[in-house]
Amino acid sequence: MASKRGGAKVRAERTPAGPDLASSVPWYRLMVLTRRFEDEAERAFRRGKIGGYLHLYSGQEAVAAGFLAAIRADDIFFTAYRDHAHAIFRGTPPQAVMAELFGKQTGVAKGKGGSMHLFDVPRGLYGGYGIVGAHIPLATGAAYALRYQGTDRICLCFLGDGAMNSGSFHEPVNMAAVWGQDGMCPIVYIVENNKYAMGTSVDRSTVVTHLASKFGLHGIENEQVDGQDFLTVRRAAERIVARVRATGRPYAIEAITYRLVGHGAADLFQPYRNKGEVEEWKQRDPIQILERELHRAGVLDDAQVAAIHKEAEEKVAAAIKYAEESPEPPPEELPRDVSAQG
Amino acid sequence: MPELRYVDALTKAHHEEMARDERVVVLGEDVGRKGGVFGVTMGLYEKFGEERVIDSPLAESSIAGVAIGMAANGLLPIAEFQFADFIHPAFNQIVSEAARMRYRSNGGYGCPVVFRAPYGGSHGTALYHSQSIEALYAHVPGMKVVTPSTPYDVKGLLKSAVRDPDPVLFLEHKRMYRLVRGEVPEEDYTVPIGPAVVRREGTDLSVFAFGWMLHEALQAAEVVARDGISVEVVDLRTLKPLDKETILKSVAKTNRALIIYEDNRFVGFGAEIAAIIAEEAFDSLDAPVMRLAGPDVPGIPFSKPLEEWFFISQEKIAQAMRRLAAY
Ligand SMILES: Cc1ncc(C[n+]2csc(CCOP(=O)(O)OP(=O)(O)O)c2C)c(N)n1
Ligand SMILES: [Mg+2]
Repeated sequence: MASKRGGAKVRAERTPAGPDLASSVPWYRLMVLTRRFEDEAERAFRRGKIGGYLHLYSGQEAVAAGFLAAIRADDIFFTAYRDHAHAIFRGTPPQAVMAELFGKQTGVAKGKGGSMHLFDVPRGLYGGYGIVGAHIPLATGAAYALRYQGTDRICLCFLGDGAMNSGSFHEPVNMAAVWGQDGMCPIVYIVENNKYAMGTSVDRSTVVTHLASKFGLHGIENEQVDGQDFLTVRRAAERIVARVRATGRPYAIEAITYRLVGHGAADLFQPYRNKGEVEEWKQRDPIQILERELHRAGVLDDAQVAAIHKEAEEKVAAAIKYAEESPEPPPEELPRDVSAQG
Repeated sequence: MPELRYVDALTKAHHEEMARDERVVVLGEDVGRKGGVFGVTMGLYEKFGEERVIDSPLAESSIAGVAIGMAANGLLPIAEFQFADFIHPAFNQIVSEAARMRYRSNGGYGCPVVFRAPYGGSHGTALYHSQSIEALYAHVPGMKVVTPSTPYDVKGLLKSAVRDPDPVLFLEHKRMYRLVRGEVPEEDYTVPIGPAVVRREGTDLSVFAFGWMLHEALQAAEVVARDGISVEVVDLRTLKPLDKETILKSVAKTNRALIIYEDNRFVGFGAEIAAIIAEEAFDSLDAPVMRLAGPDVPGIPFSKPLEEWFFISQEKIAQAMRRLAAY
């Protein structure tokens, strides 16, 4: 049974056509691009071009897009291993992300990391993290450092519903709340609640299924948001980011979302969830929802939609080609960067 | 006798131990309904129910911790970690609590728990799904560390681990699950924790290996045999307690020792074997003890060529064997 203790209601911040509609068209374009990117990455995985593990963000795009649309270029963010979209939304060139998936020298981590371990230092992406929950304390400390250095920059920390069950969630969140009393922890925790941690559903791993409310127990203000609706996420994000920047106090949001694909590319049969559920969520595809809104507001027409899709296809095809043709890292890369002295 | 894959022999061992003794419980992330990420716990949930096969939330430190509590209070838990890389949050529980329970309570409480984890590199497993962790735990008094390399041994050693009165870290190199096959008796048998075994007799040099490296070493021994080099290959099977006797006996026979492990070279498990040979078999050595191990970089990189440079292949092993034989 779900407890509602401490949790805020899902907020609706829908205003009809407003100034942010036109400025959301580029985000629609980016969401189409990343969806195409994920589809093609999966195909490359099936062709044996991408090895190891591959976790796709398809279906959850509005969450990262909404928040990354709301921060400044000098803000920073941390995320887990489902991280391709986060990088691309932030402006990392898709070909550099694809090259990393292919393990090439031109990848964002020079092929050392692969899909789960992206980095983009100039754009403030402090990494995708393969150990679930490990990044939550790091993001919290990074937020403290931003204030300590006297800046008004903030930090976003994306995390999964599954990560919230580990100690590496509860410990730093408690610290953040304590530091926030002195305005020393400008961080937004963004829970991407896609209902599952691998094969385990949220209600099988916690009694308090209102995940936002768990932050309340630590003294952090929180709310839920419809994670399928970009405009709603973005408006919430703008409000929250402004407030965290002004106060230096942490804030948390639980975005209710769904991954339309398997946990990873190897999760073909998904016995832990039924087809009907997936079909239902396909009706709430964030890209279609945004497309309809922009259409209705008159800032996007059919010709533009077609052009955006075509452009996405071309960009991703170019990214694949770039990744395929890029060189493998040379042997000297193996021991490089173990320490500052080499 | 049926031929089984390594993974199936392990699954069988779980089924048999759970049927044999009601005190045995299994817990970990997705061990129940899903049957584990590598399918090791397949069918247990259906047969033994959710009280004995516990799907835990994502919480490694507490998976270890609650298993220790269960063990101290009469149960025989098998805690699965999806990958050895994820066990680090549980380091404190395993090292500070499981390994010390008996000593601190003056023998009053034991801790008969098994911590199982797939370890080691496979293609594309990269930085956080490929680590070798044996040295970290073999260092700790009170811990036993087991690394079976055949289907027969994995079944027999899991049974011994479950029945052992003390904590056992049970490490399974993930490449073996589906690649290694072998005969496995239907009946109940155990393989004792401790003894190593000579897998291949030889006279020119001794190789000490475990897990996947054992298989690579056996292949390499076959290759260099064509050049007339006779290699003895010893499967350590248990790293702690370590079977010094078998190691020293082999060195006394061949006078040359090559130790192979996939973990980073520096302070790796092979360093201990090298020290034991240097201390106790110095007089029988015709060449320096040699180690072949992973490079000292933090994790196996993702890219294919970098990974190849990291991995200890048959070719690298054969080359090391030739070098040592020629010394
Ligand atoms: C510490 C740790 N434990 C287990 C895993 C294996 N694992 C990878 S993803 C995952 C589920 C995480 O679920 P969630 O946080 O909800 O993220 P999602 O996959 O839904 O995006 C698990 C158990 C891991 N990578 N790290
Ligand atoms: Mg999830």
